[in-house]
Amino acid sequence: MSASLPAVTAATTADVVPPATGFRRSAAFRRPGPGLLLATGFLVFLLLGCVAPSLVTAGGDPFRIAPHEAFRPPGWAHPFGTDQSGRDIFVRIVFGARESLLVGVGATGIAMMVAVTLGLLGGLGGHLAERAVRWLLQVMFSFPVLILALLLSAGLGHGIWPLVLATGLGSSAGYGRLVLSQVLAVRDAPYVEAARALGHSPARIVHRHVLPNAMRPLVVAVMLGVGQAIIWSASLSFLGLGAPPPAAEWGTMLSMGRDFVANAWWLTAFPGAFVVMTVLSTTAIGHALQRHLESRAA
Amino acid sequence: MSASTAIASRSGGARTWRGVAVLLLRRVLLGLSVLLAAVTLAFFALHVVPGDVVSAILGGPAANPTPEAVAAAIREYGLDRPLIVQYLIYLVGLLHGDLGRSFTQHLPVALILREQVGPTLLLTFWALILAWALALLSVLGTTRRRPWLSRLGATLETVAAAMPPFWLGILLLFSFSFAMPLFPPAGSDRLSTLVLPGLAMAIPLAGFLARVTREALELALEQPFILSARMRGLGDLSVRLRHALRHALLPGIALSAWALGALVGNAVVVEVIFSRKGIGRQLFLAVSTQDIPLAMGIVLVVSACYVLSNLAADVLSLWADPRLRSSRR
Repeated sequence: MSASLPAVTAATTADVVPPATGFRRSAAFRRPGPGLLLATGFLVFLLLGCVAPSLVTAGGDPFRIAPHEAFRPPGWAHPFGTDQSGRDIFVRIVFGARESLLVGVGATGIAMMVAVTLGLLGGLGGHLAERAVRWLLQVMFSFPVLILALLLSAGLGHGIWPLVLATGLGSSAGYGRLVLSQVLAVRDAPYVEAARALGHSPARIVHRHVLPNAMRPLVVAVMLGVGQAIIWSASLSFLGLGAPPPAAEWGTMLSMGRDFVANAWWLTAFPGAFVVMTVLSTTAIGHALQRHLESRAA
Repeated sequence: MSASTAIASRSGGARTWRGVAVLLLRRVLLGLSVLLAAVTLAFFALHVVPGDVVSAILGGPAANPTPEAVAAAIREYGLDRPLIVQYLIYLVGLLHGDLGRSFTQHLPVALILREQVGPTLLLTFWALILAWALALLSVLGTTRRRPWLSRLGATLETVAAAMPPFWLGILLLFSFSFAMPLFPPAGSDRLSTLVLPGLAMAIPLAGFLARVTREALELALEQPFILSARMRGLGDLSVRLRHALRHALLPGIALSAWALGALVGNAVVVEVIFSRKGIGRQLFLAVSTQDIPLAMGIVLVVSACYVLSNLAADVLSLWADPRLRSSRR
């Protein structure tokens, strides 16, 4: 007991938190910490890689095969080393940014479309519709994403689109639950009632009042979700469901590099690190947005 | 304070437990309907996908079966019947506990599942326990401590949550099986084979659980009842464990149900990387070889896991939060 006494006093003094005033928090947002700056910088770098990859890599070619340069460890000529065919890993990662980001953003977009449709239907369609949507969400949750992905790639062929669709549909249930609870909360808000009393059309009420207010917390969820979508789609393409091997897609590179992990760790370490850094960056920005929105609400 | 209040509170208790029973019964029925829907969805989706089922039975696209063999296979598996009839036959079999025969392994699906479910469940539960242990360690140790410690904990949790399990698996495999041969790189026979795959699955999940629990714990520690507990002279650890944590666990428990589903999904890649026995790898093989009965069996198991874990999360939430036990919900 006595050993924990200093900790108690330390904790209680630390508990004296200044009251949450919007001013204090938004001031903190305007002066972003090093994490947020790093995150933004990294994403800007990736976006640059998407738009003009050859600019970032000084004209490197992600598909140039050079057998005599195979399995070079990281060094001056090749900062991240080379793979089994002598292709530069750094160049390939930069060129792969476009597809990986596209998958993350595209999948989240599809998930949001499904989720908003279901959420509005369940939230505004009455008691029975709410029940039905809740049940449907449960079914979607219980269905393995991998099956969906494998079926889609059997139907649509290999490539990134089945990946985008599968990841999007697979993650839509989570967003759907969120949208539904938001719509239900907003539906009974006084301003919606006021709009109804003013005689606005249902379409206008949904468009002008329900959606904007229900969507605000979703901004954060989407920012966090893009990262998770990138992880999911990388796992799927790791299993061979993504773009076929020569492609410079991160998941595909990881999948290829796995065979050589015992003697060439850089084949898997760097593409994976880029996945992690991308997810971290979107997460950091998501959290900063969350703090900003919360301080506005406070 | 009289007899009438005591009676009122006792009858309130009785209603509470009846409410709990009704609630659970409804959840069970709902779970069964979810299961049926998932199976139905999987059945039609697997049959609609282009591909020759008969050639899957007779050894894949490379095989060159005689017309008699094809006809025999079609008859044996009832593939000449309309799809809806096949579906009904499957359902009737399911009610009798018959999951059909695997197309590619030519064994009863139930037999394959019995062999493969164990290792996956073991791995999944082990990962979940490990994840909770790591998350609680980080949350209890660093929430609302010295600022640098809190920030360090939060940062570590965010980084952990950003890691793809399969990448972590490969890194662990490289570090602790090849560079430093501490653990076996493959297999699923001994307990030591659980360490690396378990960590690969647990670390990202621990990040998630910890982040959610930390947020809830921070809120809980601001509540007046914490101050009152401290004023009664309770030690810091017991305030955190007995008063604050109980409030902070709810979001994590709800998330765990979802997480079990995600873990089964992650089990696929982790089982492939560590060459473990398990339904994850079987699912991957089954769908790639059009082994419909086996894939159906695994869908059944995975959805049942989801439904059961949700049920368990409901029960755990009822335990952790007495407010939920009222029949009005």
